[in-house]
Amino acid sequence: MSARTEAGADRPTLELRDVAKSFGAVAALRSGSLEVWPGSIHALVGENGAGKSTLVKIVAGVYRRDGGTFRLRGADVDFGSTAESKAAGVAVIYQEPTLFPDLSVAENIFMGRHPLRNGRRIDRPRMYAESEALFERLGVHIDPRRPARGLSIADQQIIEIAKAISLDAALLIMDEPTAALSGVEVDRLFAVARSLRDEGRALVFISHRFDEVFALCDTVTVMRDGAYVSTDAITDTSVDEIVTRMVGREVAELFPKTPAEIGDVVLEVDGLQSVGVFHDVSFTVRAGEIVALAGLVGAGRSEIARAVFGMDRYDAGVVRLGGVGVRAHNPRAAIRAGMAFVPEDRRQQGLVTESSVARNVAGVIRRRLSTAGLITSRAENKASGPWAGRLEVKTSALDMTAATMSGGNQQKVVIAKWLATEPRLLIIDEPTRGIDVGTKAEVHRLLSELAGQGLAILMISSELPEVLGMADRVLVVCEGRITADLDRATATPETVMHAATRTGDGAAGAERSVTVGRPEKQEASA
Amino acid sequence: MTSLLAPEHREPTRSYPSYSRPLVLRLLATREFAVVALLVGVFLYATANVEFFDGPLTLYFLFRDLAPVLLIALPMTLIIVTGEIDLSVASVMGLSAVVMALLHFEAGWSIPAAAAVAVVVGTICGAVNGFLVAYVGLPSLAVTIGTLALFRGIAVGLTGTTQYTGFPQEWRDLALDRISEGSRFPLVLVPITVLAVLFLVLLHFTTFGRGVFEIGLNDEAARFTGVDVERTKFVLFVFAGAVAAMAGIYFALVYNSARGNTGEGTELKVIAAVLLGGVSIFGGRGALPGVIAGALLIGVLSSALRLESVEDNQINIIIGGLLILSVISGSVLGALRGRLRLPGRAAPPPPGPPGGPGTEAPPGA
Repeated sequence: MSARTEAGADRPTLELRDVAKSFGAVAALRSGSLEVWPGSIHALVGENGAGKSTLVKIVAGVYRRDGGTFRLRGADVDFGSTAESKAAGVAVIYQEPTLFPDLSVAENIFMGRHPLRNGRRIDRPRMYAESEALFERLGVHIDPRRPARGLSIADQQIIEIAKAISLDAALLIMDEPTAALSGVEVDRLFAVARSLRDEGRALVFISHRFDEVFALCDTVTVMRDGAYVSTDAITDTSVDEIVTRMVGREVAELFPKTPAEIGDVVLEVDGLQSVGVFHDVSFTVRAGEIVALAGLVGAGRSEIARAVFGMDRYDAGVVRLGGVGVRAHNPRAAIRAGMAFVPEDRRQQGLVTESSVARNVAGVIRRRLSTAGLITSRAENKASGPWAGRLEVKTSALDMTAATMSGGNQQKVVIAKWLATEPRLLIIDEPTRGIDVGTKAEVHRLLSELAGQGLAILMISSELPEVLGMADRVLVVCEGRITADLDRATATPETVMHAATRTGDGAAGAERSVTVGRPEKQEASA
Repeated sequence: MTSLLAPEHREPTRSYPSYSRPLVLRLLATREFAVVALLVGVFLYATANVEFFDGPLTLYFLFRDLAPVLLIALPMTLIIVTGEIDLSVASVMGLSAVVMALLHFEAGWSIPAAAAVAVVVGTICGAVNGFLVAYVGLPSLAVTIGTLALFRGIAVGLTGTTQYTGFPQEWRDLALDRISEGSRFPLVLVPITVLAVLFLVLLHFTTFGRGVFEIGLNDEAARFTGVDVERTKFVLFVFAGAVAAMAGIYFALVYNSARGNTGEGTELKVIAAVLLGGVSIFGGRGALPGVIAGALLIGVLSSALRLESVEDNQINIIIGGLLILSVISGSVLGALRGRLRLPGRAAPPPPGPPGGPGTEAPPGA
C-alpha cells in the first residue's frame, strides 16, 4: 500500500521554492520555500500572518500560486483544486476537521469512493472492515459504525488521518492539530505521526507550541512576513533561536509574571454543582492573584467558568463577588457585579466579527455611554479609541470590522472590550490560543500587569507552560471536580498532569478509560 | 476600586481615526442610498412622463394603499435584522379588523374601545410568536407559518362568510382624511412618520438597537456581551403584533370592510419592501431609511405603471425582478467593496509601532 511513499527516497516529497501569492495588493506570501523529505516530520513555524496557512493552501490546491516552483516527488505540479492535490497524494489535516456529523465514521472515511457491491450498492461490511483495519494500524479504537457527531476533535483528526492513509497520501500536512487537544490526546496523535513517518511518509507539522515541535519533529523551517527564513535540523537549534528568527527581534521572556501583592478575596465559589458536568466546586480568587484552572480538555474547566459568569445554569452552590452573592444564570448580573469574561472562542463568542472595532470595544460599556438608552457612534468611538490604543490594536480606523484581523489582534479587541468595563475579576479562557508568539508575550505581560494593579484573574489554559509560568495558584480539574490546589512552588508538569489524569488513583483512571472508550496506555508517557 | 489600566498607568500608545472612509462615501456608497436614488429617479421620471402621475389623487391613493405596508415594515425591519422573520403579520391584521368589527357591530362597542381591544389582541398575538421564538427557541419561520394559519383561522372562524361594512362615517373620514384641505398627503402619514422616527431611533440610536444588530450578526457573542437576546426578540415580535393590529384597524376603516381574509398577502409585500430596502435576510445588516425608500419605490413604481395601463401581473413581474436584482446587487456591491478596500488598507503605513499593515492579509496564516 505504501509502495508509492517508499519509492524515491533520493528526492524530497515536497519541494517549494520562492512561491508567491498575493490577494489584491496584499502579498500573503512573498517567497515561501519548503523541502520535505520522506520519513521526516518537518515543523513549519512562524507568527500568525507569516504565510504558513497560505503556503499550505497552495499545496492543498485551495489557492493557485502566482509564481515559484512547486514540485511533488520531483515532478512539477500546479493544482487547480483540492481534488487534484488529493489525487496526487497530499492530505491536509486542519485544526478543526470538517466531518459530516450525521454520517458514520466509516462513511466519512470513504466519502465519495465507497466500496461497491454489484448493482452499485455500498458494500458496508467491507467499508467497516477496512476502517477497522485502518484504526488498528493507527493503534486507536473508534467504532466505524458510530456517527461522527459527538466525537472529540482528537478523534475527528484521527479519522482525517485514517482517510489520508486510505488514500495512500505521501504527504500529510497537519495545521495546528494540537491546539484543541489535551495532553493524552496529543501523545496519541504524536504516536500516530511517528508511525506514519516510519512508514516513509513525509509530514509537515504546524504548531505554536515549541515543546511539541521539539518533541516530535526532526527538521524545522521558520517563516516570517511571508518569506522563508531558515531550515535546521531540530538538534542543531534551540527554542530561543527559533523565536528570535520568527519575530525578527529578541522576545522578552515569554511568561513575564511578576509577583503581585495579593489582596482580599474577590471571587468566592462555594459548592457549585451542575449535574453531570461538575460537582462540589469551591475555590476563591484574590485581588492581584492569577488562578489557573488546568486539566484536560473536556474536564469541565470552561463549564465551571461559564457557570460562574452566568452563561450556564447550575443546580447548587453560590458565587460571590466581593462578598455579595451574584444572581445565577444571568451574565448581565455578573457584569454589573464586576466580572469580565474573555471566552474561549473569539470568533463565535468573544467578538461580533462583522461589527466594527468601535462597537465591539464599546459593546459591554454602551449602557454606561448612553443617556436614557440613546447612544451615538461618536460616543462609542470616543470611548473605544483609547482602549484600543492601550492594547495596541492594529487597525487603520475604528470602523473597520474585526473579521479580517489576525487572532492576536482580535484577542486584543476582546480584552479591550472587557477592560473598558473596569472589572474586579477577569475570567480568561485560553488567553493565547491560536495567537502568535509576539502577541502571546504581550498578552502575558498584560495579564501580569493587570494582576499587579489588583485585578483578580481566573485563567483557563490547556498549555501547561502557560499555566505554570503565569499562575500564582493552579486548580486542577478532572472529570468535573477540583482534584488539586497547587501553589506556585508545588505546581510542576508532573503534579498537574497527575491530578488532571488522576494517575495516582487507579480506580478513577479505569473509570475514565471506560467512559471515553479507548485505552489509556499512552497516559503512562504523560 | 481604581480604574485598571487608567491613563496614569498606561497612556494609549496609538490613536485611531474614527472612520476609514470620508463621510460622503459612507453616506453615498451604500445600498440604502442606491434605493433612495432609484426612488427619486423613478419619481421624477414618472412626474415628467406619466400622464396624471402629478395629479392630485395619485400620491393620495399611493400613500393610502401603501400605509399598512409602510407601518408593518418598521417592526419587520428590526425582526429581520435579528435574523428572524414574522410571516403572521397579515393574519394579525385580519384578526384585529375582525375583532374590532365584532365588538362594534355585535356588542355595540364604540370604535375607539373596539380598536383598543383589537390592538391588545394583536399585541397578544405578537407575544405568542415572541414567546415561542425567543423563550421556547423555535425557528421563527416555522412558528409564524403556524400562527399565520392559526390567527387567520380564528379570524375566519369568528366571522364565517360575513363581511362587516358600514363603519361609522366619522371614523372612516378620519382614516381617509388629508393632512390639510386639498393636500396630496393622507392624514395617516402623521402616525406613520411618528412611528418611523421612533423605530429609526430605536434601531440606530439606542443600546437596544445595537443589541438587535449584534443578535443578527452573532447571537452567542451578543449573549456574552450581556445582551438579553430573548427579551429583545420577544419585544420585537410584540411590536410587530401591535403595529400589525393598527394596520388592520386602518385597513378596515379605509376600505369599509372587515372579514376573515382582510389583509391577506400583505406579509409578502412587507418583506419584499424590507429586502428591497437593503436589509439582509440573514440578519445583522440594514437601515430603516432604506426600508422606507424600498416601500415607497414599490408604491411609486406600481402607481406609475398602473397609470400607464400596465397590467397588475406585469407590475408584479417587474417588482419581483427588481427585488431579485437588488439582492444580487447587494452581493456584487459587497464583493466590490471588499476588493476596493484591500489596497486602501495596505497602502498607508499605520502610525505607531512597526507592525506591517493595519490588518493581516485576509487568509491570515
